[in-house]
Amino acid sequence: MGRVVKGINFVSLKDAGDPVELSEAYERQGADELIFLDITASSGERDILIDVVRKAADTVFIPLTVGGGIRSVKDAEKLLRAGADKVAVNSAAIADPTLISDIAYKFGNQCVVVAIDVSKKLDQAGEVIFEVYTHGGRHGTGQDVRQWATKAQELGAGELLITSMDKDGTKDGYDLELLSLIHEITNLPVIASGGAGKLEHMLEAVQTAHADALLAASIFHFGEISIKEVKDYLTANGLSVRPIPV
Amino acid sequence: MIAVLDYGIGNLRSAEKALLAVGAQARLVSNPDEAVNAEALVLPGVGSFGACADALRNSGLHHVVYDAIEKEKPLLGICVGFQMLFSESEESPGIPGLSVLEGAILAMSPGKRLPQMQWNKLKLSDRPGSVMFREISDEDLWFYFVHSYAAYPIGFLENPVVVATCEYGEEVVAAVERGPLWATQFHPEKSGVMGLTLLRQFVGFVAGHNKGL
Repeated sequence: MGRVVKGINFVSLKDAGDPVELSEAYERQGADELIFLDITASSGERDILIDVVRKAADTVFIPLTVGGGIRSVKDAEKLLRAGADKVAVNSAAIADPTLISDIAYKFGNQCVVVAIDVSKKLDQAGEVIFEVYTHGGRHGTGQDVRQWATKAQELGAGELLITSMDKDGTKDGYDLELLSLIHEITNLPVIASGGAGKLEHMLEAVQTAHADALLAASIFHFGEISIKEVKDYLTANGLSVRPIPV
Repeated sequence: MIAVLDYGIGNLRSAEKALLAVGAQARLVSNPDEAVNAEALVLPGVGSFGACADALRNSGLHHVVYDAIEKEKPLLGICVGFQMLFSESEESPGIPGLSVLEGAILAMSPGKRLPQMQWNKLKLSDRPGSVMFREISDEDLWFYFVHSYAAYPIGFLENPVVVATCEYGEEVVAAVERGPLWATQFHPEKSGVMGLTLLRQFVGFVAGHNKGL
């Protein structure tokens, strides 16, 4: 059985528990959606992921996105059939961008999340670029996120999951510059990921950087902030948020 | 038995599992001869209108839907399953819907990002006879939507079948109810506790309806 882990800057993984139990707990606590990202994603372990998705989908009735190691329409189909509502593609889509259009054509744009891992760099000319990484942050592509996000949209992505590798697990706030940039150049809903540590971070990602959805892992997995606290805080600050059903 | 019509598209498993979770005897059914004997139907649908309508016709399950409408058997349409009850969609010109409800599906132009892919709060229309949301208090009427096209019944919001709307740059028809025919633009099977509450209401309605027959 797979485990939930969480790292810092994509390394130093800590165990955070059983994925199905955590999913059920998060639904009860008021999570609006769940995302499973299989960070090992070697082909031998695919069946573990499919089994986890199937079990989660039996008992969890909020939208479920699953990503990690999806290389073909067939991979996507297996996960959707197991009960995922959306699939997140990353490395394989960069290697072959038609993966996005192929999945979108068969199952609809709404179920294709394009996950992009980004790190801020200076290029050879000394210009700031937001470089796209693949393979769990191990390979730099040299490509700027602006280019890739625009292309992903053209190919039929329904949503973008933007993770700042620089901020991942640091708890010092989402990368607002990165998120604002993506908001400006695409019309897709953007899920902000990487860096949530305080309630203020969640608010500024929406208010300042126009994120459409907020992803957090560390702060929830290790019990530092509850979903209720986040929702109460955002509501008190004038955002429209689904209340936690009692 | 409640038959979840399986015509070969998308994630139908969650609709089945959600019905099981509220105590229904529900099953994915792809054989029309089997589906026709069900006491109620659930017509799900994700993806494009045309792909769903074509797949439904190819499966032969559209006859089962017509049979249910004629016999006033309870039927719950979800998302594209809701949209297919109308006559046509701008998304897939030339591919007819089921024309069980009068009106068409048109592209939304909300001045906002599409699809509407989010939880949204419903506003109930003033329909004293409606039972769909009876067990849910106003502040809990949050459901999960994924769509870029919306239903425009004849007469739009004045049409008596419209029982709930939501706001997404414009007023969007979120649910219709006409006796035993229920349908939602949103996904009750993905709307957490309140979605399950709605499904439980449907299951209860099915039980009561069959006793009354």
